[in-house]
Amino acid sequence: MNDIAVDLNQVCKYYPNVNALHPLTMSVKSGEVLGLFGHNGAGKSTLMKLILGILKPSTGSISALGHCPRSNQAHNYRTQFGYLPENVSFYEHLSGREVLHYLAKLKGHNKAQADKLLEEVDLAPAADRAVKTYSKGMRQRLGLAQAFLGEPKLLILDEPTVGLDPVATQDFYLTVDRLKSGGCAVILCSHVLPGVEHHIDRAMILSKGRKLALGPLAELRKAANLPIEVSVSGLTRADIESKMKGLISEPDWLQSSSEGSSEGALHNRFHSAAENKLDILRNLASEENLQDLHIKLPSLEDLYRYYLSDFNNAAV
Amino acid sequence: MNKILIVAQKEFRDGLRNRWTGAITVIFILMSLGLAYFGSATAGVLGFSSLESTLVSLASLCVMLIPLIALMLAYNCFVGELEQGTLLLLMTYPLSNAQLLLGKFVGQAAIITLASVLGFGLPAIIICIVSDVDVVSVLTAFSQFIVLASLLGWVFIAIAYIISLSVTEKSKAAGLALIVWFLFVLVFDLVLMAILVASEGNISATIVPFILWINPTDVFRILVYTIIGAESYSGVLQIAEHGADGTVYLFLVMMLWVILPLLCSWWIFNKKELSE
Repeated sequence: MNDIAVDLNQVCKYYPNVNALHPLTMSVKSGEVLGLFGHNGAGKSTLMKLILGILKPSTGSISALGHCPRSNQAHNYRTQFGYLPENVSFYEHLSGREVLHYLAKLKGHNKAQADKLLEEVDLAPAADRAVKTYSKGMRQRLGLAQAFLGEPKLLILDEPTVGLDPVATQDFYLTVDRLKSGGCAVILCSHVLPGVEHHIDRAMILSKGRKLALGPLAELRKAANLPIEVSVSGLTRADIESKMKGLISEPDWLQSSSEGSSEGALHNRFHSAAENKLDILRNLASEENLQDLHIKLPSLEDLYRYYLSDFNNAAV
Repeated sequence: MNKILIVAQKEFRDGLRNRWTGAITVIFILMSLGLAYFGSATAGVLGFSSLESTLVSLASLCVMLIPLIALMLAYNCFVGELEQGTLLLLMTYPLSNAQLLLGKFVGQAAIITLASVLGFGLPAIIICIVSDVDVVSVLTAFSQFIVLASLLGWVFIAIAYIISLSVTEKSKAAGLALIVWFLFVLVFDLVLMAILVASEGNISATIVPFILWINPTDVFRILVYTIIGAESYSGVLQIAEHGADGTVYLFLVMMLWVILPLLCSWWIFNKKELSE
């Protein structure tokens, strides 16, 4: 079995006025979830459409599930693709069930599977109403149902959780995890950063058509070397400083939200380098007055901001 | 092949659902019965006049209406799905451009064909029952007319696809469709007449009849006239009397008028990139 699901080699896409994508080399393995992040116009949708074969690369070569997506026979392999476009829309005058039956037939699956998927995305009660009466969330769930048709081997999802309620979002990630363990490669593009963090293996950050970072979250964290944020309750600033023996310098202290940062305040927050985490825990945990201790690792959002500002600074 | 039928089935159902099929059928029935029974009212006679005059008037009306109906039916076939966003989705499905194009064509061609069969077939049967006519000749003539009317519809569906795939806005497609209709149905004959009159016979007489092949509506009319054996051609069709009226050739020309626009739209479709 071919382990590489998507392979891009020096792929570049330019229009007369803009470079939508600068030369990009990357690959996604089977059973891997890649998170794709970037501003509007960063090239995310362009990249997805290139992989799907909707757009033709200006230079470079693409292989999706082992075939060139623009070849004459490419449509035969698309049975294993699942795609959710941004702002998905359907035949408004048809019912959800009719839409999904039609799309299922085109992918070579029977109506029973379509009906089962309607149940899974919780659309069964509304399945026989016309799509034009659907809310944004219902359209999105119908869009997910069509992307999940026929156990895809390559799933490309543009903003999959927009408009979904928390329960539906949870269900969605469960399905993604299940498909992933079945060997499906997933490319997930999302603005909603906090939810997606636990479900991706690697992240790629794009800006203005350039790849700013690509790797597992742990590696990106390490490379960015962002500080951790420690919140302490029950100790004064002086207490902490004496315990930490010079690990904290003055600029590390953060404004405490509740009662200012006066000397005697019992809620304090400070930044520290990530490698000091265990020392901090060891030193502060032994303190009797300690009421609470919370360590916040840099989130995906912080990383995203870091790489973007890093890029912008470099550009200046 | 199977994929083509799936798409065709959906298009056909859409046609039934949004009442296009019904509306076209009713128009055809009213046209045929109206012309059959009231066509000679100007001459002060009511009732079924004659098969020949009925079909000749029906043909002149159909030459105007069928292209318009077909263009209206098909102009937003692709641009509509493009605006809606469903074309983008379909392009990621295991479906080739040719399959989608042919599927849509088969579905919409079936709508026009069904409407012609019902819309011209029922009046033919009514005429046979109500009036004292030669049943065999009426039914033969009308069934041939049904084939030609459907074929004319197919031609303009195929032409509408070129329009639908060339533009990115529905309103532009509608405008272009109207212009195409105007050119083929009204302008072409007038311009041709004007040229022939102005040239005072200097254009080679052997070439002239073939100029009519450029316009599928004229080919349709010549075919109808040939089939019913009409004695007198009218208007610009008079020039067709000089040899360009072999039924088989004309039929092939009509088929070409279906196939070439379809090939052309397929070519445009393949070049197209959906970038929004």
